[in-house]
Amino acid sequence: MSDATQVATPAAGAPKAEATGASTVAPGAQAAPAAVKIVARDVNVFYGEKHALKHVDLDINENEVTALIGPSGCGKSTFLRCLNRMNDVIDICRVTGSITLDGSDVYDPSLDVVQLRARVGMVFQKPNPFPKSIYDNVAYGPRIHGIARSKSELDAIVHHSLERAGLIKEVHDRLDQPGTGLSGGQQQRLCIARAIAVNPEVILMDEPCSALDPIATAKIEELIDELRENFTIVIVTHSMQQAARVSQRTAFFHLGDLVEVGDTEQIFTNPRDSRTQGYITGRFG
Amino acid sequence: MTDAATTPPDPAAIRRPVLTGPHLARRYAAERRFRLYGLAGIAFAGLMLLLLVGSIVQKGYSAFWQTYMEIEVAFPAVQTLNPDGGAPTEEQIRRSDYLTPLRDALKEQFPEAAGDRKQRRMLYGLVSPGADLALRDMVLADRSLLGRRASVWIKVSDDVDSLAKGHIRRDVPEANRRINDTELGWFDTLDKAGRIEARFNVDLFTHGDSREPVEAGIYGALMGSILTLTVTLLVSFPIGVMAAVYLEEFAPKNRLTDVIEVNINNLAAVPSIVFGLLGLAVFLNFFGLPRSAPLVGGLVLALMTLPTIIIAARSALKAVPPSIREAALGLGASPLQVVTHHVLPLAMPGILTGTIIGMAQALGETAPLLMIGMVAFIVDIPQGFTDPATVLPVQIYLWADSPERAFVERTSAAILVLLGFLVVMNALAVLLRKRFERRW
Repeated sequence: MSDATQVATPAAGAPKAEATGASTVAPGAQAAPAAVKIVARDVNVFYGEKHALKHVDLDINENEVTALIGPSGCGKSTFLRCLNRMNDVIDICRVTGSITLDGSDVYDPSLDVVQLRARVGMVFQKPNPFPKSIYDNVAYGPRIHGIARSKSELDAIVHHSLERAGLIKEVHDRLDQPGTGLSGGQQQRLCIARAIAVNPEVILMDEPCSALDPIATAKIEELIDELRENFTIVIVTHSMQQAARVSQRTAFFHLGDLVEVGDTEQIFTNPRDSRTQGYITGRFG
Repeated sequence: MTDAATTPPDPAAIRRPVLTGPHLARRYAAERRFRLYGLAGIAFAGLMLLLLVGSIVQKGYSAFWQTYMEIEVAFPAVQTLNPDGGAPTEEQIRRSDYLTPLRDALKEQFPEAAGDRKQRRMLYGLVSPGADLALRDMVLADRSLLGRRASVWIKVSDDVDSLAKGHIRRDVPEANRRINDTELGWFDTLDKAGRIEARFNVDLFTHGDSREPVEAGIYGALMGSILTLTVTLLVSFPIGVMAAVYLEEFAPKNRLTDVIEVNINNLAAVPSIVFGLLGLAVFLNFFGLPRSAPLVGGLVLALMTLPTIIIAARSALKAVPPSIREAALGLGASPLQVVTHHVLPLAMPGILTGTIIGMAQALGETAPLLMIGMVAFIVDIPQGFTDPATVLPVQIYLWADSPERAFVERTSAAILVLLGFLVVMNALAVLLRKRFERRW
């Protein structure tokens, strides 16, 4: 765990050169100057007999928000969970194809999953703070990865993470209170603070606002936009407005297929595929 | 839809629930009835519990008191103990005769009985058989008694004790009574003179077992139970929790783990005497561990308790929401960290509850201990895990089998102590659970 400290600096000097050429595979992607962070090629996921994700090729650019949209059961969450191998937890789940993060294979058997998850953080659909104090919630990640060398350093990390998650004003005087006592929106921002406390390079968000009211949602969206500067964000959302508001690129999934991917503006104004058109105009989904 | 009210109902018409009529009354009645059944069930259970505890308390409370009589004893002089003169050594005090001074004191008290041999025997029987030893202990505690006449309180015999507590009825013909009229007269004389007193029965809690009811105590059995349960807890808790954690969190779900799971569930239903036989075969015959020892008893009970703990721990682990595991995994916690930092602390209240249920079961178990020789008459207080010992339920069984009237109340008293032990254990568990309890 001692070598975990090197993850502390976000996206420092990520190899960009090798990845730029790969983005041409995504249909309709304009020649964006952004570097590619994650490259997925021919990714298939099976739950037992069920073929949940079929031959997905997708590039995720650095310091951009990529939104994954599509009707329920289309495989967007499944794809998201492939990126930090959260699917490993499910016994019957099988993944084929290749996913690389900064050029190194995520599914390489020699790769330490724990290290991967420290680099690729995750925020879940339902706010799931630990039943511990607010401080301990945020401090947990830095603690297990040995990021902070002293108590004061840990304090600073906790404070800074809460600040970046826009929560510090609301909780600064009750850091020792249980995190489960916060409201839903505050809990979700606490979870985001907890995720960014370990300074991951990528943050995966699985419908982070689906359990929140519009005001809390607006706060989180604002936060996502700010976090984009330092992190690569992949967000699964059911709300097309949200995708349009927060993301730079959007990928549309349908029945396990990646139907279309492109700049958000292009997807929402001028979709190429009739299924995308149907979904974003509300004809199905 | 408006004409649905006027025209006869056709199958396609929308039917709304009828909010009046007999079916509603039936529904209300059914709910009332159901609640009543529940109440009746609880009332019945409460009544039974009250009856049980009530009858035990009613029979057993008198055992916590012991009748003493006051008597003036001439303690032996220093010279008789140490002919060489000077202060007698402890050894000399111990070896001295106290029975004669005691008997002399009794004869002095009731001179009319002194002449007749039969009456003398009856007179000597007024006090407990260990009374002379009590005198010795008094001298050991206070050497200034030597050579003096002093009024001391000593225990009466079990029959006189029963008489004082009203367990022996005076209207029964003398021939059918444990206490004859002469003894009754002596007792009444003493009682009138204020020389009979009931005191708290400390010996019940400080003595080991004895053939003499007035000398018998449960301390030995209590210590045996504590030692045995300590072994049981130390063995079954870590092993049980480890097994549960492995099966629930790490083991792959395949046919082998299914077989293991089914077998653990079956083990919980195996009659306890089978575990006793296993202990006899394995621990005593194969490993050659000592008989009647709390160590072996604890191991056998641990085997019996393991399935209970494993099952309870597994269900407690299962009840921890998966979102907590995901949150920790998502932060880059290793599977072991997920378990030790999050899952286990959250499951602890449930695990503790299961453990306490298992321990309570083990506390009340007699059958498996039968096979490894813990059903024995043991006077000494066990000092360690390999000393011969017995346990509370076995002690209760042994006393319940004794013919003396005075053992009846002691049996109930021992049951009360056992129940008290259980209550303390449960209270401890509740306390621990409260400490560990967290909401999510």
